Amino acid sequence: MSRKQREEERVRGIFSRRALVLGAGQMGLLGFLAHRLHTLQVDEGERYATLAEENRLSARLLAPPRGRVLDRNGQVIAGNQLNWRALLTAEQTTDVGATLETFSRIVPLTDAERARIERDVRRRRRFVPVTVRDFLTWEEMARIELNAPDLPGISVDVGTTRIYPEADHLAHIVGYVAPPAERDMDGDPLLELPGIRVGRSGIERHHDLVLRGRAGAVQMEVNAVGRIIRELDRREGVQGQDVQLSVDAALTKSLRGKIEEGTSVVLMDARNGEVLAMATQPSFDPNLFNSGVSTAQWREWTRNRATPLINKATNGLYAPGSTFKMVVALAALEAKVVAPGERVFCPGHMDLGESRFHCWNRGGHGSLDMRTAIKLSCDVYFYEMAKRLGIDRIAAMGRRFGLGVPLDIELPGIRNGLMPTREWRQAQGRGWALGDTVVHGIGQGFYQLTPLQLATMTARLATGRAVQPHLTRGIGGRPVRGVRAEDWPSLGIPERDLRLVREAMWAVVNEQGGTARVARLPGELGSMAGKTGTTQVRRVTREQRERGYRVDQVPREWRPHALFVAFAPMENPVFAVSVIVEHGSSGSAAAAPLAREVMIEAFQHLRPGPGGFGTRVAEAPRPTGGARP
Amino acid sequence: MRFERRLLLRERGTGVLEKLWQIPWVFVLLLCAVGGVGYVALYSAGGGAPEPYAGKHAIRFGFGLVLMLSIALVDIRLIARFAWVGYAGGIGLLLLVAFHGQIGKGAQRWIEVGGLQLQPSELMKILLVVALASWFHKASWERIGNPIFLIPPILAVMLPAALILKQPNLGTALITMMVGGAVFFAAGVRLWKFALVLGAVGLAAPIAYEHLHDYQRARITTFLDPESDPLGAGYNIIQSKIALGSGGLWGKGFLQGTQGHLNFLPEKQTDFIFTMLAEEFGLVGALSVLGLLATVIAFGFLVALRSRHQFGRLLAVGLATNFFMYVFVNIAMVTGAIPVGGVPLPLISHGGSAMLTAMVGFGLLMSAHVHRDTELVAPRDQS
Repeated sequence: MSRKQREEERVRGIFSRRALVLGAGQMGLLGFLAHRLHTLQVDEGERYATLAEENRLSARLLAPPRGRVLDRNGQVIAGNQLNWRALLTAEQTTDVGATLETFSRIVPLTDAERARIERDVRRRRRFVPVTVRDFLTWEEMARIELNAPDLPGISVDVGTTRIYPEADHLAHIVGYVAPPAERDMDGDPLLELPGIRVGRSGIERHHDLVLRGRAGAVQMEVNAVGRIIRELDRREGVQGQDVQLSVDAALTKSLRGKIEEGTSVVLMDARNGEVLAMATQPSFDPNLFNSGVSTAQWREWTRNRATPLINKATNGLYAPGSTFKMVVALAALEAKVVAPGERVFCPGHMDLGESRFHCWNRGGHGSLDMRTAIKLSCDVYFYEMAKRLGIDRIAAMGRRFGLGVPLDIELPGIRNGLMPTREWRQAQGRGWALGDTVVHGIGQGFYQLTPLQLATMTARLATGRAVQPHLTRGIGGRPVRGVRAEDWPSLGIPERDLRLVREAMWAVVNEQGGTARVARLPGELGSMAGKTGTTQVRRVTREQRERGYRVDQVPREWRPHALFVAFAPMENPVFAVSVIVEHGSSGSAAAAPLAREVMIEAFQHLRPGPGGFGTRVAEAPRPTGGARP
Repeated sequence: MRFERRLLLRERGTGVLEKLWQIPWVFVLLLCAVGGVGYVALYSAGGGAPEPYAGKHAIRFGFGLVLMLSIALVDIRLIARFAWVGYAGGIGLLLLVAFHGQIGKGAQRWIEVGGLQLQPSELMKILLVVALASWFHKASWERIGNPIFLIPPILAVMLPAALILKQPNLGTALITMMVGGAVFFAAGVRLWKFALVLGAVGLAAPIAYEHLHDYQRARITTFLDPESDPLGAGYNIIQSKIALGSGGLWGKGFLQGTQGHLNFLPEKQTDFIFTMLAEEFGLVGALSVLGLLATVIAFGFLVALRSRHQFGRLLAVGLATNFFMYVFVNIAMVTGAIPVGGVPLPLISHGGSAMLTAMVGFGLLMSAHVHRDTELVAPRDQS
């Protein structure tokens, strides 16, 4: 028994020692865990706290709605409409390619679309969603939602897209928007958002920053699958501001219905330079740029000889023809190379050395003074004036009227045209002959002027001030600093000279024998002053002339352009207009009647009164006395 | 001798009331505190509601408490006598699971018993401890030194370990072997034999790695570098560490844990319940819970040291070690110290099977305490 007890004591002793070792070892390991907890929670606590916040918080930029573009009556020219779209967030899927593959089985994607999506994914940060498909139908949305588990990273949301209710009528003015390209990335985080558009041309481009607004941000708490639990903080962005233009959309639309391909009409408020209508044919539908213009559509636009994408009113270049004669007349009066009453004899032509320069009237006008020369548009009179003046003095006067110089209008990329001078010709390595000067006296030759410049010229003739054309009336409901006639600097031309020219222009339309009697306005609207122009696009040879040249017998593209510039009412000018009908053959037959219709429509739509017209945006009061101080 | 034993028992008393008096009520209170921590954690895991976890947890804990106290009253000699019957039953359940078990995460681990998902591998560890304790009970120092005497208990450890490994559940298999090893160690098996086994394991490990399942290998590789696969296997560890670390010293507050409540923390009601607690109650809360659990383990060793028979000593050490293994593996896992093993935190994690087996274990431990002075005869001496 005692041996057995000894034995038990021995085993018990060993057990006690080993149990203590085991227990101590286990407590030691628990101590290690305590140490590890301390390391994680205290030593590295801040780092992990940051990581937990990163997990929890998700910031999202809020795209403010793009500002609208309105016409002078508040009619929407460029607005926003809802757009259901599918987005892809790269960081929420492990395989972008596989997700797109599955997506295209539900909503087919073209190879071009896939290439665009993959490019966008590469270019943007991984948490920024990329548009997969715009303008989803209800059926497509339902199919996407149904297959959501197989489409990691895909989400459907509603955004806005640009809509141009007037389609092609104001496209050249308002321009269009497109997704930002690499060069547009100016550091504005807004530009990274899906569906965002930047202005590509026209007002959309000029006022892009105003229309765009500034991005807001919302900080959200999200759970592990990215679902938003609640909004923690919201910083509203600055909404894009509405831009109100001076143009009248309804008037423009109506005018476009009256004109043919290749015709431009520019209607301005002669007093302050507001462009009231700018109608050209053909044009394009800016809505097509929203979802990306197809290659076929682009090819059609760019290969069309009538160049629908180009605004002929600002970028079409023409010789002014006889509409330029007022400039020559004023230059001659200023240079005192002719007295107002001085008569020049027109035998139907002018001989200069070997060359003979014809008047449009083969029979000759006989002896006439400046007023009659303008009224009858005598070429010989102005050959003579040009000869006396020289090209440089003509060009200098032309530039004062805004011809061949940059105009301060809110349309990017417009042409400045060309007002030829001796120096310009020499820079080309060519000499300037007296014959060149003579031809330029009647507005033919090297001139390259735009319809907008001719309208500006007309407004300046009517007011005697350096009126600049412009389009913006108000931004964000506030008028831009009101421009009154008095704000424009005087051209420095004596009123006496201007009155002579204006009255001659009045005679063109209103007197017996004037070249544009067809354009007389109905009596109640007052009277219009204008000037016709016809510019050859092809030299008429002596043989043709001898065989009896008739414009209606040559192909249309060989026929001369028809021009007309006018202002009305004569006594208190409000409207200035320029009309160019490409290959219209005759200014008096094609352009002047159209200008008359423009004037009548302008009076009907705009109803000029003492307080101005179409004043939705309050403005500084304009002078009631019109242009003449 | 038989008379003597009867005398001893009479001295201590065999009445139920007497036994109830002997139950360590302080320990029962301690367990209730741990269960209460579980309720709080599961209340938070349920999104601040008793449903779906905390309520069930309380009911299970109540049942478990009754079960534990019932087992505590069972005569320890009965437990010793039927040790190998229980062991055989456990092996039977493991075989049943191998052929008819439910598939969970690609492994066959549990069987349905009356609506309860029972994981026999959990129960097996306890039954193994009981069997080993009865084997080494009354074994003399010389016998323990005899290698032949060690062969049957080694096989008794290897058989269930192999079956559990086959499920496959590497973590539980390893824990089973370690718990068995602890009993061997406490029983007095010579230290050089442990050195021999450890050496052999060291040599065999690379070969064993070849035979591991891909997901088991992935666990090991992601353990070594969790950031290598942040969205895959390493995600759990990373998110758990973020949750723990962001808790800081004082925690984010009850129901304020962002990682848990926003579901960044996976399986927060089971394996990662401790993370949930540590995120909301910080280092202070985490160490308090760890302290409670350490006290539970220490109590097991105390019972062992006070027992007057080797069976009770080995049983207590084995059960305490088993509980320790749960605690250590779970917390080491959620703190990223060892690979993820799918081991719950007993009494705190959601799950009926784990609660049941833990309470059975504590019942046996209490029985050892209640019957610490009972004279036990070695099974072989009876014949």
